[in-house]
Amino acid sequence: MAKFARGEWMHAGMSDLPISLDAATVRAGAVTILDGISLSISPGEPTLLVGPNGSGKSTLIRLGMGLIEASAGRVQWGGRTADDGKRRAMVFQRPVMLRRTVAENVAYALASRGIPRGERAGRTSALLERVGLAQLSDRAARRLSGGEQQRLALARALARDPEVLFLDEPTASLDPAATKAVEDIVRATATSGVKIVMATHDLGQARRLAGDIVFLVRGRVIEHAPAARFFSTPATPEAAAFLRGDLVI
Amino acid sequence: MSEGASAIELVFSGDTGLYSIIGLSLYVSLSAVALAALVGFPLGALLALVPFPGRSFVVVVVNAFMGLPPVVVGLAVYLLLSRAGPLGSLGILFTPRAMIIAQALLVLPIIAALARQTIEDLWTEYRDELTAMRIGPAGCVKTLLWDARFSLVTTLLAGFGRAAAEVGTVMIVGGNIDGFTRTMTTAIALETSKGDLPLAIGLGIVLITLVIGVNGIASGVRRYGEVRAG
Repeated sequence: MAKFARGEWMHAGMSDLPISLDAATVRAGAVTILDGISLSISPGEPTLLVGPNGSGKSTLIRLGMGLIEASAGRVQWGGRTADDGKRRAMVFQRPVMLRRTVAENVAYALASRGIPRGERAGRTSALLERVGLAQLSDRAARRLSGGEQQRLALARALARDPEVLFLDEPTASLDPAATKAVEDIVRATATSGVKIVMATHDLGQARRLAGDIVFLVRGRVIEHAPAARFFSTPATPEAAAFLRGDLVI
Repeated sequence: MSEGASAIELVFSGDTGLYSIIGLSLYVSLSAVALAALVGFPLGALLALVPFPGRSFVVVVVNAFMGLPPVVVGLAVYLLLSRAGPLGSLGILFTPRAMIIAQALLVLPIIAALARQTIEDLWTEYRDELTAMRIGPAGCVKTLLWDARFSLVTTLLAGFGRAAAEVGTVMIVGGNIDGFTRTMTTAIALETSKGDLPLAIGLGIVLITLVIGVNGIASGVRRYGEVRAG
């Protein structure tokens, strides 16, 4: 218990927010994936990254998570350019399930942030309860359905007690019921004070979840606006076309 | 057919000579696999995870050495350990120790190559997720070895199958000395050429039973792994 309390205390006053990008560019060989992005992601309601496939949403998520470095420009977390990233967690589009049981997957994430062995079982069941997987805790994680795997990935990410949670199209290959289950967890997580940064190409999902929208096309931020305004009066012709359902390439 | 019948009689008669041969075979092959795993698992993990110049060449060589002819390995170890050889002063040629070393060298490439493949595939899959969880290098190796455990057991059994079944290296460096370095395979070769077929057939039955048993364990472990861990 003391160990955990110390860990909590260490986080105090070391916020990762806001995440600010200053002319951040990511290149892969000759291809520019993100082109001079300047953006500030502040605490509050979920930030949704929308845009067509290949617009750079996933890369922006990875950059914000700190998994990749900017080829040019700068990324800062709470004013710091480098940190241990311990307060950020991520759910991938196709999350990898460790070859272990459902409960062991969550316990692994708890162990990774130094939760002592004795506390893991209790916390694991609480987390599995939170994502509705309590009955499946002894199942092999890789035997779960797509929707269940995604919820387990969420539990694993929440196990890291993040301040910011990145989600890269977590419902891209899920049916409506599974999508709803994931969205409910995301909404509850946002309400509990975790900053959500989520990529989607599903405009309905963006409407349902977003506090603000970052609209990307070809590696550039075309528009960054509160969700209500983005959907009612888009400021750019590209956003208007995208909202109409035209093909924006 | 009477030879077959007396072979079975022999196996079940509790013939001490026969059991000491089986015992020595198991002792030599299991020790060789343990020794090879001690070097082969870290080597496989190293080749899978650490980029260094010439790595792909080393991988090709290790893969190619999976098919090393046992007699050539036997010859090389013989030259090393013979009185005039660089390690001749150890005086272990024609002892079980020499046989363990030779079989370990034979099995090492199999274990290292299969372990590398397994760990590399798993790393490709796990890399993003473990990086996102900020797992350090040592933690990554630990996670990969643990999550690959069922495949790695299969690797060990593949190595054991190879060691238990080969005759070339143990014949050359062990010398097939009765009661001292005679294994099932060398005894079968000798007894067949002498015409003592019941003993040869009896040992053959034991050897095949052993190999089937080992493969049964391997597939059991794999199935258990799939159910338990996916």
